[in-house]
Order: sequence, then C-alpha cells, then structure tokens
Amino acid sequence: MSPAPSDTAGVLERKDLGRLLEVLNGAGYRVVGPRVRDGAIVYDELRTEEDLPIGWRDRQEAGTYRLERSEDGRVFDFNVGPHSWKKYLFPPHHLLWSTRQEGNRLQVAPGPTLEDKPLAFLGVRACELAALQISDRVFQGGVVDPTYSQRRSSALIIAVECSTSAPTCFCPSMRTGPEVTQGFDLSLRELLSPWGHRFLVEAATDRGRALLRQLPLRAGTEEDQGDLGAQRARVRAGIQRSLPVDEAHDLLQENLEHPRWETVGRRCLACTNCTMACPTCFCSTTEEVPSLSGETSEHFRRWDSCFNLAFSQLHTISVRSSIASRYRQWLNHKLGTWWDQFGTSGCVGCGRCITWCPVGIDLTEELAALRAKAPSTPTTAQGAKA
Amino acid sequence: MPALGPNPRLAVFKFASCDGCQLTLLDCEDELLTLTRRVEIADFREASSQVIEGPYDLTLVEGSVTTEEDRHRVQEIRAESRFLVTIGACATSGGIQALRNFADVEEFSRVVYASPQYIRTLATSTPIRDHVSVDLELRGCPISKHQLLETISAVLTRRTPDLPTDSVCIECKRRGNVCVLVARGATCLGPVTQAGCGAICPAFHRGCYGCFGPQGTPNVPPLTHRLHELGASRGELLRVFRTFNAAAPAFRQASESEERAKT
Ligand code: SF4
Ligand code: SF4
Ligand code: SF4
Repeated sequence: MSPAPSDTAGVLERKDLGRLLEVLNGAGYRVVGPRVRDGAIVYDELRTEEDLPIGWRDRQEAGTYRLERSEDGRVFDFNVGPHSWKKYLFPPHHLLWSTRQEGNRLQVAPGPTLEDKPLAFLGVRACELAALQISDRVFQGGVVDPTYSQRRSSALIIAVECSTSAPTCFCPSMRTGPEVTQGFDLSLRELLSPWGHRFLVEAATDRGRALLRQLPLRAGTEEDQGDLGAQRARVRAGIQRSLPVDEAHDLLQENLEHPRWETVGRRCLACTNCTMACPTCFCSTTEEVPSLSGETSEHFRRWDSCFNLAFSQLHTISVRSSIASRYRQWLNHKLGTWWDQFGTSGCVGCGRCITWCPVGIDLTEELAALRAKAPSTPTTAQGAKA
Repeated sequence: MPALGPNPRLAVFKFASCDGCQLTLLDCEDELLTLTRRVEIADFREASSQVIEGPYDLTLVEGSVTTEEDRHRVQEIRAESRFLVTIGACATSGGIQALRNFADVEEFSRVVYASPQYIRTLATSTPIRDHVSVDLELRGCPISKHQLLETISAVLTRRTPDLPTDSVCIECKRRGNVCVLVARGATCLGPVTQAGCGAICPAFHRGCYGCFGPQGTPNVPPLTHRLHELGASRGELLRVFRTFNAAAPAFRQASESEERAKT
C-alpha cells in the first residue's frame, strides 16, 4: 500500500487517467482539449480518455507540421498545434447582439453569453498559461469584454507540463515555460520510465483541490522527482530558438527604417495565418448583417488581422498598403509596443506563427537580423513607410 | 452611392458565362419573396420571360466580353443602369474562357467547331470593367450567396457592403481548419486568394484553387517558391493559376512565369 497523497498533490497512475475525464464530466464541465483531426492535434470536445492523442507525436518546423505514431503510448507527447484556447474565450465569429424594428422602436437582444456548462481546458501548456494571463490584461485590464470574462472566470484550467519540445518553441527566453508553475487549477506532469507511466498531479485552487480529492492518487516518491528533473532537463535541452525579450522593444523602435522590413515584406504573403494562430493576437472587426427586409439585423464580431489591407483603412485609403509595413506593424506591436500598452510582451514563445506560416517566416530570425546589423546607411524604406 | 426610388428596379444580364452566378440569386430561396417586395424584377430572363424596359436602379452583370456585340451591349446596359454590379469570375476577370488570351483563338475555333467560318469572336475574353465603369464587383465561381444578399441589401439601404479583400486563410483559420499546405504540403492558393467562399476547399481537405481571384495585396512569388519546395511541378502550378481567374493580373503573371521557367 503506497503512502497517502497530500490534499494538494499526488500521483495518478496512467491506468486511472480516464477517471479524470469521468470526474470532470460528473462535475458538469464541458471538457475541451487536444485530439487528432485532419492530420493535426487540435482543441475540441473530449468525452473519454480515448479522445486524447494517445501515441501521437508532432513534428514541427518553420512552415511544416506532421503527425506521426509513437510507440511508447505517452498521452501528451506533443507540443502546441494550430488551435489555441482563445477560440473559446474570444470566438472567431460571434454574435454580439441582434436588433429588431418594431414600429418606431428598436428592440435589442444580446447575443449568446454563457454556455450552460462551464468549460474545462484540459492540456494547457506553460506558454498557454502565459498567453491566458496576457489575454486577461487585454480583455479585462481596462474595459471588460463580457464574452471573454464570463467564459474565462468559469473555465477550469488543467495544465499539462511539456514532456517534449518542438524546434519552433522558444518559451525559456520569453520566461513563459517550459515548466508549469502557476495560473492553473490542476496540473499534470506525465512521466514514463522504468518506474512506471504516471502523472504527477497538483492542485492550486479550491476547485482544483475538490477534483483532486476524487482521484485515486498515491503519494509522490523520490523516483518521481528524479524522473521529473531528468525530463525537465531534456525538454529544455531540446529548445533551439530564442528571442531577446527585454531588448526587443528598443531594438524595434530604433530600427523602424531597417532594410530588413523590405526583405521580409517580399517574402510575406499577408495571409494572416500567424495572427490567427497566435494565442494572444486579439484584433477583431465587427459586421452588421441586416435582413433583406430591413426589419432585423445581426451584429457580429470576427477575428481580423493587421496583415489585411483593409485593417488600416482610414476613410477610403489604407495607411499600410505595403506588406513590409504590415509585418513591421505586427512585430512592433507584438514584441515592442505591447509593453507600453499592457506592461508585457505580446509573445509567449509558442512558435505557432513559425509553424503555421505557409512560407515559414520566423520572428526570432527577423529579430536576430535586426540585431545583427543596424542599417549602415539611413534608408527611406519606401514600402515600409507607405 | 446614388439614392434609389421607392420601387427600385433590378435587372440581371448575361455575357459569356455558365449562368451559375445568376442561379445564386434564385438559390436565395428564403429571401426571394422578400426581395420581390423590395425591388421590381425588371429583367431577369433566367427567371422570367416578362421584361420591363430600362432604366434600372440595380443591374447585375454576369459573364465576360468575348464578342463585338458584347462590347456594344455592355455599353447600352451601363447607360441604362444607375448602379452596376458585376458578378462572378467571368465578369470580374474574364473567367475560364480567358484561357484563349494565352492561345490562338482561331486555332481553338478550328479544333472545336465543325464550321468555324460562322464563328465571330474576339481574340480575348475580358472583364466587364475593361469596357465600362463598374460600381462593385462580386468575386467567385460561383459568387457567394451571402455576399450577393449583402450587396443587394447595401445598395437598397445606400451603405457600403462588407466585402473583405482578405485572404482565404483568414476564413480557413476562423473556421478552425487544419492548414492543408502546412500539415500536408498540399498546393493551396488560399494565401493569395480573396476571401468570400468561407474556405470550403480546405474544409474538405483540398487546396484552394483560387476561384475568388487574387486577394487585396497578392504576393504570389514566395508562395509558388514554397510550393515548388514542397514538390509541386511547374506544370501543376501553371494549371492551378490558369483556371477561373487565369487573366486576373496576379494569377496571369504567376502562370506566365511558370510557363517561362518550364521552357
Ligand atoms: S508571436 Fe508567435 S511565438 Fe509569439 S505567442 Fe504569437 S504565435 Fe506564439
Ligand atoms: S508572416 Fe507568414 S503567416 Fe504571417 S502573414 Fe506573412 S506569410 Fe502569412
Ligand atoms: S489550407 Fe490554404 S487557405 Fe487554409 S490556411 Fe492553409 S494555405 Fe490558407
């Protein structure tokens, strides 16, 4: 008989992982998390343990993502995919309100708010916990976004610490990972070694502790801690990319006319994929969709991007007509002026924008190029200015 | 935008085309009755042989200009129309029939028709905009029903319709699709193609083939470069750019550069 776990931590054997899903379902949560679909690990509804990507691994490079089978049966042996949790908190296309004309009066009905069930995010990585905290500042730091804040406050966060890293990851340099330290209700650390296949479970909130109590746990051992240390070292050692997070703001401000913007502008497709995949990009536009009769109308919010021509349209012209100027805008905001606006970098080093860019543009490379050489002669950066 | 009278007249005209875009109007089953209450359908031969003479408040023009008669007829239509909207790839870029722009049309006629001496056609297929001024263009092969209704409703209420010039990728990502280019190396024109379809093809696991034509700021060369790296042949890329919007400048340049590199 193994020693008893504490009320905030314990070890869950792999065979008992299904219990977690049962407990969550039983507690009335709508569980969303990673599952395999169309050649990638996306976030979608999870009903049972079998819905998880058991025995799948991803291979990521700039502009490339592939899934492959792994033999060891690990459950979370992959890194972040094309989706992020923002799709739940800040839906891509969302009805804000609808109006109906009744005589001389305009009736306004709010759009859908809370789902009947609170969400449980299962499998939130360290960089994603950081992204949630950045999004909190964006959506509820000043004016509170009701859709975001209702979903965010009811959502249960179950973190999973990365047991592997992708070549596109650079969380250590952004100080956002790879270790999970805070910002969760419950966390899982998957370990697989001759000592067994198991999860170290930790609860950080009352909600987390209430769930923890319902799981069949044993107390942690020295072997568990040893395996965790080795795993963490392996994950860190695998991370190749980095970004100078503290220097970025000034570096960007000082290089607004750098010729590199033109170079990247020639490669960039202005397709928006980087901003759509980014867990912190928050731009949106609204659309009014009146019925043909003119009696009713629906007002939606949809994801928008600074890479779109119309995004910077003032009256009739776009003030960022060149693609170079849009890329510069994006990087300057993400890594630079985000600090002025929200007191943090807008990047958490998840690497999604690198993987999901069809032509593999890599922001760490772009920043390195700015840092490598300041422009030798002042340039007019025609396109970047336009 | 011009002010419309209380009973605006709608007309639909066809040039060289397959009728698919006009059918989109008939496809608006739920809205058709409302539409007939908002506008007088003055000339829409796909739907009714009853014809009311112009002028028209809102004219939808489908198809491209391929004959000498077309050239005159489109002028007459413009003169009769207050607000003229071209609909579909044919009307906005010349359509699939603009493949003739890259070939010898006489040779085509000899191969296709038993008695080519009766064929009188222009050497090119051109969009309506090349001949008369156009107030709005709806892209697509066929056009999107949502964009058509949005446009009609906008014209009726004198507002600017919401017709984004963004890429297909933004619709693809909003829809939650997994990118077929990044995750499978498939040839997808989404990054250079204008939104409007709702990213239907990637949602069905195939690459976008560009039926809405080039997006607002198409940057095609880096995409073709990447697609070659992923294994697409010159011939394949030549073909994907030579479909419904073959003569749209950005796509034409792309196919011509593939052709030059091939020979
Ligand atoms: S900018 Fe790129 S690496 Fe940084 S958070 Fe966004 S998607 Fe991740
Ligand atoms: S950086 Fe890449 S993903 Fe972003 S807009 Fe440019 S080409 Fe698209
Ligand atoms: S599948 Fe095509 S349209 Fe969708 S994001 Fe990828 S490149 Fe863009």
